[in-house]
Amino acid sequence: MRAVQSQVPGRGPLPVVGEADLDGKFVVTVMELSGEDGLLGCIQCGTCTGSCQLSSWMDYTPRRIVDMVRKGLAREVLASRAIWYCASCYYCTVRCPRGIKLTEVLYALKSLALARGYAEPGAPAPAFYRTFFEVVGRYGRLYEPGLMIGVALRSGFGRLFRLAPLGLGMLRRGKMALLPERVRAVDEVRALMERVSRGLVRR
Amino acid sequence: MRRYWYYPGCSGHASARDYQRSVALISPALGLDLVEVEDWNCCGTTAMTSVEPRLSVVLSARNLALAEEAGGRADLVVTCNSCYAILRRAQEQYARRREVRAEVDEALAGIGRRYSGTVRVRHLLEVLVRDVGLDALRERVRRPLSGLRLAPYYGCLLGRPRNDFEDPEEPLSMDRLLEATGATVVRFDRKSKCCGGALITTHEEAALELVREVLSEAAAREARAVVTACPMCQFNLDAYQAKVNAAFGTRLRLPVLYFSQVLGLSLGFGASELGLGQRFVPVGGVGKL
Amino acid sequence: MSEVRIAVYVCHCGTNIADKVDVAGVREFARRLPGVEVARDYQYMCADPGQELLRSDIRERGINRVVVASCSPRMHEATFRQVLESAGLNGYLFEMANIREHCSWVTEESELATHKARALVAAAVKRVRFHAPLEERYVEVNQKALVVGGGIAGIEAALKIARAGKKVWLVERGPSIGGKMAGLDKTFPTLDCSACILTPKMVEAAQHPKITLLSYSEVEGVDGYVGNFQVTVRRKARYVREEDCTGCGTCYQKCPKKVPSEFDGGLSHRKAIYVPFPQAVPNVPVIDRSNCIRFQTGRCGACEKFCPRDAVDFEQEDEFLTLEVGAVIVATGYETFQPQEAPQWGWGRYENVLTARQLERLVNASGPTGGKVLLRRDGEFTDEVPKSVAVLHCIGSRDENYYPYCSRLCCMASLKLAHLIREKTGAQVYSFYIDIRSAGKGYEEFYTRVQAEGIQFIRGKGAEVLERDGQLYVHAEDTLLGAYREVPVDMVVLSTAVTPAPGAERVAQIFGIQRGQDGFFLESHPKLEPLKTATEGIYIVGCCQGPKDIPDSVAQGAGGAAEVLSLLTAGRVQISPVVAEIDAEACSGCKVCVPLCPYSAIKYDEERGACGVNEALCKGCGTCVASCPSGALSCRHFTDEQIYAQIEEVSSL
Ligand SMILES: Cc1cc2nc3c(=O)[nH]c(=O)nc-3n(C[C@H](O)[C@H](O)[C@H](O)COP(=O)(O)OP(=O)(O)OC[C@H]3O[C@@H](n4cnc5c(N)ncnc54)[C@H](O)[C@@H]3O)c2cc1C
Ligand code: SF4
Ligand code: SF4
Repeated sequence: MRAVQSQVPGRGPLPVVGEADLDGKFVVTVMELSGEDGLLGCIQCGTCTGSCQLSSWMDYTPRRIVDMVRKGLAREVLASRAIWYCASCYYCTVRCPRGIKLTEVLYALKSLALARGYAEPGAPAPAFYRTFFEVVGRYGRLYEPGLMIGVALRSGFGRLFRLAPLGLGMLRRGKMALLPERVRAVDEVRALMERVSRGLVRR
Repeated sequence: MRRYWYYPGCSGHASARDYQRSVALISPALGLDLVEVEDWNCCGTTAMTSVEPRLSVVLSARNLALAEEAGGRADLVVTCNSCYAILRRAQEQYARRREVRAEVDEALAGIGRRYSGTVRVRHLLEVLVRDVGLDALRERVRRPLSGLRLAPYYGCLLGRPRNDFEDPEEPLSMDRLLEATGATVVRFDRKSKCCGGALITTHEEAALELVREVLSEAAAREARAVVTACPMCQFNLDAYQAKVNAAFGTRLRLPVLYFSQVLGLSLGFGASELGLGQRFVPVGGVGKL
Repeated sequence: MSEVRIAVYVCHCGTNIADKVDVAGVREFARRLPGVEVARDYQYMCADPGQELLRSDIRERGINRVVVASCSPRMHEATFRQVLESAGLNGYLFEMANIREHCSWVTEESELATHKARALVAAAVKRVRFHAPLEERYVEVNQKALVVGGGIAGIEAALKIARAGKKVWLVERGPSIGGKMAGLDKTFPTLDCSACILTPKMVEAAQHPKITLLSYSEVEGVDGYVGNFQVTVRRKARYVREEDCTGCGTCYQKCPKKVPSEFDGGLSHRKAIYVPFPQAVPNVPVIDRSNCIRFQTGRCGACEKFCPRDAVDFEQEDEFLTLEVGAVIVATGYETFQPQEAPQWGWGRYENVLTARQLERLVNASGPTGGKVLLRRDGEFTDEVPKSVAVLHCIGSRDENYYPYCSRLCCMASLKLAHLIREKTGAQVYSFYIDIRSAGKGYEEFYTRVQAEGIQFIRGKGAEVLERDGQLYVHAEDTLLGAYREVPVDMVVLSTAVTPAPGAERVAQIFGIQRGQDGFFLESHPKLEPLKTATEGIYIVGCCQGPKDIPDSVAQGAGGAAEVLSLLTAGRVQISPVVAEIDAEACSGCKVCVPLCPYSAIKYDEERGACGVNEALCKGCGTCVASCPSGALSCRHFTDEQIYAQIEEVSSL
């Protein structure tokens, strides 16, 4: 729990938008990708925000994200900081009084932000997700040293140095494998990923 | 011996090797035959789901198909809450969304595999509490952990989103299991709060706050250790405790154990064979019981 | 049977039908159908001149079967039946073809509509040939009534019926009448004292010569039908003889056993022998067997020893009464959501998280703290007054995880409590709401008043209550600010959902009442028959039908009384002859039909070895007919012959 603060979003009010800036199809795209067609039934109660332990770090609260999606503020949503702060804890999902699976919606938004190039390449979360993707594509399983180095390559070596003591600590406690484990049929894994990610592997 | 297919998950072969050791020790002692699924792959976890929501569905589907191919109608047992939630999510999406099912079927057919939706995914905790049963566990306790105050930490993904095992707000299975070992289970309001595991590499500052939240309550309730059922939670609460202390000026020193290790102690296994040494915050007196 | 002579009338319904359907064409088509003597079309068949056409044709042209092709039978079947009767022809020798709702209103193309109208008319003509005259019958109505549930709605109903001079039985499950209102402090929107306006009514109900109050009693079963119900009532053993007890209270002063008080929501104690609250009616204690030392161990017996009237009787047993009544009002009220099912709001976890109903007891002068709002510590009240209190609206209401509907009265109840807390403690009061629903006379005004008192309104649902370092925090989004907040408070009040009363399912089963998806009793028409149920002669009033406030509950109570009085005063009820019949010869006695009948109208007769239909209960729905493997069941006016004739014809065109 953070120290109590009523933090009005850092970004200030929504940019003034003309009707022409609103992407009417955005909500449909998000509903299709997330499989969550209940978005239109949101009553803006804020239970999601109130249940989210990361709300105070976000520029837009989860509730506001829902309404922004419905109203078609696609750019603002996809470029927001909020979506990357979702820890996928599913509190909003189990508490939403309208049964909206907001965690699924946030998966979809992150994925759209990556696919449409909204996520800055060096930003920590997108870098992490991309690297994770590549590592699994290469070995079929997670390989922690590979992940750490990959993230560092993307977001600057400062990170690697900060992560180094942790990595060494892990090594010393037998918590990290030095050499990667590779799935024997890693081609199968790659084929599956290729198929669903529609070319993201190379990005 | 009851046969189960076993999915250790990536961390099972890396950061959570001590967890695996303890599981490998206690399961035969409790009549469980856990057989590792051959050539399994990463379930996809939150990271892949965020890259593309269906990616972890199809990756998980391969694992599910492998378990089905292995046959015997045995359940697939996992020990990681994240794998548990992701595999179950894959099953749920496959069952509910026709377009997802079509895509998964096609993708699997492309690699010569098939998933029929019959295999049951279960957490080891559930298998212990339901299949083995608390009474049977109690009977096998050789060294009751009397007087040991433990805080059971479930994290997000054992009960959320909804499943047929745990309550999303007030899970109790680990409380019952730890009580069966003779330990004292402390009240723990934050037992299913998020520890920020998914954010620790990307938003460390935010995640540390969440770690502190969980550990502070455990400390305030005078727990001697925190007990988890997930490698992500364990690692996060253990490896980052020093950073939390540095960042917030706290003096937390709470060993973070796996429930299988605590159970192992009560069954009479030794601290080192259970892998109790392999952690950042040393177990201290807890392991010497 | 004499020769069949059919008249067909095709109605224009102004332009409603004629715009789409070629009415003249249909008329000409009908004229050539076998058995048809006369075919006409007319502007408005239901109007006087239209009706007159029917009458004169029947009289002058020897017509003995009539088909009107017009609107839905729900509109005018009864009208035309009466016209036939007035011309001396049995009203059931008539069939309606619906060429408006089923045809002109729903068909795009004129030609198709005309075609369909022809088919419907032909089918009706074919069917009406097989119609037989049926006689309406009447039964006498017993002049007594039963009211089940002694909350404000039931009390109001009983009083209204009694004041009209009819005998009423008032059956209440608990030890006292009064219902939930007895536990409230002040009532919105006028803030009059609940007990002050309720107690006189409770006393009048107990003393009225036409009312017999059966408290601590439950209905076990109902037989019979509208006008003639036989009701079995269980009078649960009180272990105190009502006729001897003076209500002196010696017994509960002497009783050594303390039990958490249900009436005070567990915030105080009562004894094992107790009256639930001081103004209880009747003022006669009951022994709660499961907590009584004497019943559990055989020792004690203090109450018996000290009772100056020898009224305590440990040997008392349940008694059964059979009441004969003409009509029944069900007023079994509601319950509120038990928030231990939802630990996120902290009830049961933190002792200063209370439900709204618990708070009603705290602010009440006769409550556990004498009307003071005080904090608790380690299970006891301290003398510390909260400095800040949060009132959380919609706990369990408007929530698919619990109850999806709006509980309707809790916004107002929450505002009332916010006001009372502020008035009594001067605390900073926060109201966490999604929408303020203050639709009611004087309600918005009340909201305005409470706003002016300085309550902090936060538009956002209280998502969670969590304690840190001994301080409670409400986590919520202040949605109008777009900010996440953790608001520190000393006390939290949960305005929990209004839910169906426990046992509602059984009550519904006993009285043949249907329940909606939400579990509340279902009225037979949501607008025009709000108090009637699927079973004639059984009415529902108050919160058993859905959440409502006191004014609405009282209005319904009075409305239910009006329904009962109009039934009783009429003295007799008409029974439709369209009912199922059993051919006892053909019946094999397999009893498949018995449990299927939604109105419990079929009984198996051991002696005859066959089932029989109670015509007063049967609604002619036909469920049994379809189920009978021996073909022994048929439904009058819906015989196989009639239905097949109609289907064949409609499908052959
Ligand atoms: C916190 C709170 C505050 C409120 N404040 C106000 C207010 O200020 N103003 C206002 O207008 N309204 C208020 N209300 C609403 C008010 O309580 C109801 O409108 C009213 O009590 C409804 O009366 P009722 O007779 O329908 O039901 P109830 O009061 O529930 O009475 C039903 C009776 O039937 C009995 N019963 C149940 N089942 C059976 C059975 N099977 N057999 C026999 N008897 C049975 C019960 O024991 C009970 O006595 C408030 C409600 C709540 C929850
Ligand atoms: S909890 Fe659900 S209904 Fe409420 S604001 Fe969030 S998404 Fe909308
Ligand atoms: S016998 Fe029962 S009711 Fe009477 S005084 Fe003893 S405990 Fe109380």
